[in-house]
Formats: sequence, C-alpha cells, structure tokens
Amino acid sequence: MKGIMEKGWKPVVVLLLLFGAWELSSKLFDIPDWLLPAPSQIGKTGIEAWPMYQHHLISTITLSIMGFLIGASIGILVAVCLHLIRFVREAFFPLMILSQNIPIIVLAPLLVIWFGFGMLPKIIIITLVCFFPIAVAALDGFRQTDRDLIHYMQMAGANKRQIFRKLEIPSALPSLFSGLKISATYSVMGAVISEWLGANEGIGVYMTLASSSFRTDRVFVAIFFVMVLSLLFFSLIAFIEKRLLNWKSEGN
Amino acid sequence: MGKLHVQNVTKSYSQNVILSDVSFTVHDGEFVSILGPSGSGKSTLFHVIGGIRLPDSGEIYLDDRLINGTKGAISYTPQSPSLLPWRSLLKNVLLGAEIAGGGDEADAMEMIERAGLKGYENAYPHELSGGMQQRAAFIRSLLSPQSVICLDEPFSALDEFTRLAMQKWLLSIWEEDKRSILFVTHSIEEAIYLSDRVIVLTNKPATVKKEITIPFSRPRKEAILLSEEFLQWKKLIYQELGE
Repeated sequence: MKGIMEKGWKPVVVLLLLFGAWELSSKLFDIPDWLLPAPSQIGKTGIEAWPMYQHHLISTITLSIMGFLIGASIGILVAVCLHLIRFVREAFFPLMILSQNIPIIVLAPLLVIWFGFGMLPKIIIITLVCFFPIAVAALDGFRQTDRDLIHYMQMAGANKRQIFRKLEIPSALPSLFSGLKISATYSVMGAVISEWLGANEGIGVYMTLASSSFRTDRVFVAIFFVMVLSLLFFSLIAFIEKRLLNWKSEGN
Repeated sequence: MGKLHVQNVTKSYSQNVILSDVSFTVHDGEFVSILGPSGSGKSTLFHVIGGIRLPDSGEIYLDDRLINGTKGAISYTPQSPSLLPWRSLLKNVLLGAEIAGGGDEADAMEMIERAGLKGYENAYPHELSGGMQQRAAFIRSLLSPQSVICLDEPFSALDEFTRLAMQKWLLSIWEEDKRSILFVTHSIEEAIYLSDRVIVLTNKPATVKKEITIPFSRPRKEAILLSEEFLQWKKLIYQELGE
C-alpha cells in the first residue's frame, strides 16, 4: 500500500494538471460545449444522467464478460490443440494470424447480415478480438517451458500427459495471464464496437445516440466508462494472477 | 536389487562418434563415479541409460532386464537442480515418486528432516540456496522407487565450500541408504572421495580407459582428503587422464 502511495502520486499529479489545463482553457477560450465540454461539465452530466445510461452500462458489462469468457475459453482451447497436435499447429497457425487481419469494421456488418441483431454476432466479434492474444500468449508459454525441466521429467519416466499437466500447464500460466489481461481490456472495446452495429442498449448505443445529437459531454461520459471498465477488468485479472501465481519471486 | 550393467554401448550423432564400445557395471549398493573431461559424452551416456536416446549398438541391463529405450528405469539428479518453481519443497521432492505413481508425505518429511531442510518444506525453490536446492533434488531421487540413481555433475555449479559440505552430506545420507549410485563428475578429488570405484573415460569418442577401485573404508572421513594415500590415487588418475 505504501508503495502505491509512493509511486502513484506522479501520474495522479500529471492527470490533475492535464484536467486543470483543459478546464481552464475551455473557460478562457470560451469553447462551446458541443465542441469540447469542460471536465466539470462532463462530471456533472455523468452524475445527472446516471439513471439514463445505467442500463446501457449493465448491458455492456454483461456482454463484455460473456464475450471475454467465451473468447478466453476458445483461446485456451486453440492453444492447447495447436500445442499438442503438431499437424494442427502447422495447418492452422497461419490461419489464426489471418483471422486477425480481417478488419472488424468490415466483418461486423457481414455478421449482422448472417446472424441478425441478436447476441450471437456481438459475441462472435468479442470472441474474435479476445481469443487471439490469449491463444498466442498461451502457445508461447507452452513453448517456453524450461528445457532442463522437460529433460528431467523425461528422464524420470514421465509420459506426455504427465509432462503436459505437471510441467507445461503451470509454466505457461504467467504467459497466459499476460494474454488474459490484454484480452480483458479488448473485450470492452469489442463490446462497444459490436454495439455500434445495431443494438437496443449498451454504451456503444449510448455513444452513437449522444454523438449524433451533438451531446459531446455524454460521449465523454461514455469514453470515461469504457476506460474505467477496461481498467477494472484488467485489475481483476491481475488480482487473480497474483493470487494464483504466488510462487513467483518478488523480483520478477 | 540395483545392478546396472552397460555393455558395449556405441552412440554417434551424424558423423560424430560420441560413445564407443562403453562397458561397465554398477553393483548393488555401490558408488561408482565416471570421470572424464567436460564434453566427453557423459551427458549422452546418461541419455542412453535414461532411455531418452537409443544406443546405436550395445545393451543396458538393470537387474538383468534389458532397458534400452525404457524411460524412468533409473532415477536421475540433473546438473541443475530442476525443481519446479511453483511447487513447495515438499511437493518437489515427491515429484519423482508421483510420476511413478506413488509418494508418501510422511516419508518425504522424514527425508527432508534428515537432509537438514526441516522448516523449509513449504518454501518455494527460489527461496532456497543453491546447496539446498541440490539437496532437494537428491532427496527427490532417493524418494523415487528406482533402485539406481544417476547424478550428473550435481555439485559443479556450487562454490568450493558448499561443494565440500554437500559431498559430506551426500556420503552421510548414502551410507544409511546404500542405493546404487552412478555419479558423473570432472573433479578427480570428488570422484576419489566419494566412490568405491572410479571409471576413467577417454575424450572423443568416449570409451572406458581404466577402472580404479578406491580402497578407503566407509564411513569416509574428511581427513582422508589430506592423506598421502589420497594423493597417490589422485596422481594415478591424473596420469591416466593426461595420457
């Protein structure tokens, strides 16, 4: 806790200065609210409009979590398959990278054509965004298993399954968590993008409505919540990581 | 029982002959050292005995059973301690037994106590010193069910003081347990101090040059390291290596 206090004050000061300059310049130069609202204005809207966007927020959170869970499961599954079965790795690894080169913005309307406006196309988008960092990180983790340890396990007579369960899975965990942290933040972005396509509710919908009616302050409120959610998901994964990987030395 | 018999083993990688017609025997309860310069194929010998490589020709017998290509027939203590960083000391020393499908915590605790590691059973490897890690790696081998233990230069990464302490410790544990041990080292003194028999290997390709029986009685005292007789043995082996 003391460490956070000691190190944490620097970015806080920078942020405060930044907000101060923003607030001051919007007053000083008389910038209209629809162009760039002052932070105080955004804060006020944020509090006042709470009952209006609360259900949007909940919808986005649910969508992000669902998409993340499905994406993470698929990512881990893909990594395990690619790692264990050489043929699958050789055949599908290039395909996996290609899947990331499809622009989501282009893919999204197609998904709507195929699957309509329900949950499915949205979950597919978030999954597509989330699974990749996890699959790549986990795969790297499996591959970076210490050679000496594999050697020991083989000499000790461990079969492939024992090596995978007792050695490769635990040694891939730190890597896997890096992937999970990245994907956790992506999942919120993925949810917002998927909501832009057409949805009844969600931060993405709220954002589109606000920007088309020049309620820039509401757009900023939406941005703020997207950031907070990303940060929250990230911290949650980091917390679980710390709990689960308590064997790691403090140094690294 | 624990009798390891290596017979006419030859192994080469592409054009390089690493092991050429290597034969020796480790009798039940015997401590045998293999002495040779670094890079003389000692690791390859272990790979072949451990079953993760097949010899080009020759046989390896454990208690008269052919074990060419059989993994897990012998127990192994590698050069680096190779403890799993996410397991506590207790879980780590049980790993060898666990792979073979067994493991008894009470035995492990007793062995940890005998190894002078009591109080550290819940510590993670990175919290232990190099000597402690190497001791843990050796207990792991002792707790495994195999009757022959192969040690691959286990003390080479330790400093002189720790090494001497570890050699004494290894003798004290082994003299109670009397498992068959095949010990690879490049230290002449270490080989003489610890072993019943020293096998001198030639360099590239490795073949058995000389077998020397070390007559010092057991339990061995540290004092023999400074005796005239010890020096004589050292000279003899030194000459063998030098030729």
